[in-house]
Amino acid sequence: MRFALDTEQRAFAASLHAMLTAADTPSVIRDWARGDPARGRALWGRIGAAGVFALAVDEKYGGAGPRPVDLAVAFVELGRHAVPGPLVETVAAAVLLAGPALAERFLPSIAAGHTLATVADRERGPEGSPGAGRALDGEVAGVRLVRAADGLWLAPGHGPVRRSLDPARRLTELSPGGELLTRDPPKDALGWARLATAAQALGVGLALLDRTVDHVRRRTQFGVPVGSFQAVKHRLADARIALEFARPLVFGAAVTMDPADVAAAKVTACEAAYRTAVTALHLHGAIGYTAEYDLSLWLGKARALRTAWGTPEECRDAVLDGDAGRP
Amino acid sequence: MDLTLSPADEEFRAEARAWLAAHVPAAPLPSLETADGFAAHRAWEAELAADRWSVVSWPREYGGRDAGLVRWLLFEEEYWAAGAPARVGQNGVGLLAPTLLHHGTAEQRARVLPPMASGEEVWAQAWSEPEAGSDLASLTSRAERAPGGWRLTGHKTWSSRAAFADRAFGLFRSRPDAPRRHEGLTYLMFDLRAPGVTVRPIDRLDGRPAFAELFLDGVFVPDADVIGAPGEGWRIAMSTTGDERGLTLRSPGRYLAAADRLRALWRERGSPAWARRRVADAVMGARAYQLFTYASASRPLECSPPGPESSLNKVFWSEYDIALHETALDLLGADGEAADGDWAEGWVFSLAGPIYAGTNEIQRDIVAERLLGLPRGRR
Repeated sequence: MRFALDTEQRAFAASLHAMLTAADTPSVIRDWARGDPARGRALWGRIGAAGVFALAVDEKYGGAGPRPVDLAVAFVELGRHAVPGPLVETVAAAVLLAGPALAERFLPSIAAGHTLATVADRERGPEGSPGAGRALDGEVAGVRLVRAADGLWLAPGHGPVRRSLDPARRLTELSPGGELLTRDPPKDALGWARLATAAQALGVGLALLDRTVDHVRRRTQFGVPVGSFQAVKHRLADARIALEFARPLVFGAAVTMDPADVAAAKVTACEAAYRTAVTALHLHGAIGYTAEYDLSLWLGKARALRTAWGTPEECRDAVLDGDAGRP
Repeated sequence: MDLTLSPADEEFRAEARAWLAAHVPAAPLPSLETADGFAAHRAWEAELAADRWSVVSWPREYGGRDAGLVRWLLFEEEYWAAGAPARVGQNGVGLLAPTLLHHGTAEQRARVLPPMASGEEVWAQAWSEPEAGSDLASLTSRAERAPGGWRLTGHKTWSSRAAFADRAFGLFRSRPDAPRRHEGLTYLMFDLRAPGVTVRPIDRLDGRPAFAELFLDGVFVPDADVIGAPGEGWRIAMSTTGDERGLTLRSPGRYLAAADRLRALWRERGSPAWARRRVADAVMGARAYQLFTYASASRPLECSPPGPESSLNKVFWSEYDIALHETALDLLGADGEAADGDWAEGWVFSLAGPIYAGTNEIQRDIVAERLLGLPRGRR
């Protein structure tokens, strides 16, 4: 029993954090949101070169995985910097394509960060149900997968872009038909996607908290920093508590990859991030309510991640179906 | 990151499980906040102690098993999963014992800890006063020098377990002229049956005398019962409250077991959809607390709680506990109000959680100021 990150994992997080800080992600996100993904793609390449996507890919195909704990470490940092693009979807795609016939063809390029992939998961809701068949960033993804009841398809194209409440997320329908890749793709892609989403949400929440703490320390009213008022402090303390109790669920899920643990991590981290977003918006006052101010880039993502890869209630169902933590 | 237990830890867990299966009383004991229940719980502590299960984390010489934090957590998981009784000695074991282990003398440890481990001596805390609650440093009960010791005079209140306990520990002002009010406080232990002590039980919400007022009128305490140096009481007590808010007060095992019971109750009642979310939240919260605690236990000793991190913990479990019991009572429907119901006393007990051991407002101030770095303000 040693439930703590090791020195290498902490160093990995720190190096990603430094790289992403230097990348000035807010301006990259704004380009991406406008449909100009050039800088986002360049950043993607650097994230790939740092080995992030390789963590979901077996060594046989150019990867370093599967290493879910390290992947969670990385996704916390990606969330902290609100990195745009189909990050979670690329991880899910790597898992869906892990069978021997397909792996050779797709995985080396995904692992290296050369290919962005996206996935429409039609299996999770009946055909035509809200969101079924939609994929994130389909117009920039080089590999567009449709997970349908009859198998895994390589979609031939995508429909028009629909905007998301998170300006960095560009929603696209994937075209029907295309190439049937396999009738029986691996089953654990949903777990990996939920884990990555949970970690990303945790990072989003931590960034929102940090930015808000900075703001209330600097902003003065009535001659004192507003952060000295108990009404302000206690909301931030609650945000910190929610995030600190989401963190062990995220890493615990990465260790066990038990579906109930993963679902608990997903719902808890996403709700903690979303509550933190609501607090962050409120404590910034009107400036936080503007599109121009960078806080908006994290606020929208906290909302979007809540329902990505499983609504809170779907995840709770998975928790009640499992028996996580029982000896 | 590794959640697997060593074979030795698994063996320890299995040994605890087997012992508990053979010894846990088949019928629940009467409430420990009654005279009969207190006696029954005291006897249970003796039974635990006879086989070294009452204080597994203590050194062997005082009745423990030298179990590390992980094994203590495993023991607690097994203990509560087995439906074993509440722990009547918890105030002493959780608060005073860590203080003695850090700040006491060898003589004090040898004298105080073994009878505490066996339940022969049950301890109450004597922190609060009528005018000193959250602002504990404003306390006015005095310790005055006397030949060979001190004389205590003052009024303590909200003293948990004191209605039936044997001894108590707390802070007293030994130097009223100290320049700052946190200075000049001394940490002392005293006998609740000593001359000059009047114990007036206070009935909790459900009418049971779960705490008491203590009136002290020149109560003599020998020097041997001062913990640490006179005047150092505040610093020493803060290390104790760190323990109280930290791992030792509420182990995750208790909430894992409670969440299991809640889920079973929900299923018994036909898994109603309206409670689904709340039951799932209880299950997830217990798991989160378990893993949070494993993470704390995995941190090197020098950077683990006590400290401001234990404030996160205290707010979490105290609010969690209330939500869990509210869900249980709601699931019971109109029977939920019955005072003799399975969940009723737990609900009453849970309501005190955000108040004792430092109110949750104090904890949030600590989180905001010491973990987030926000400026101090008016309380």
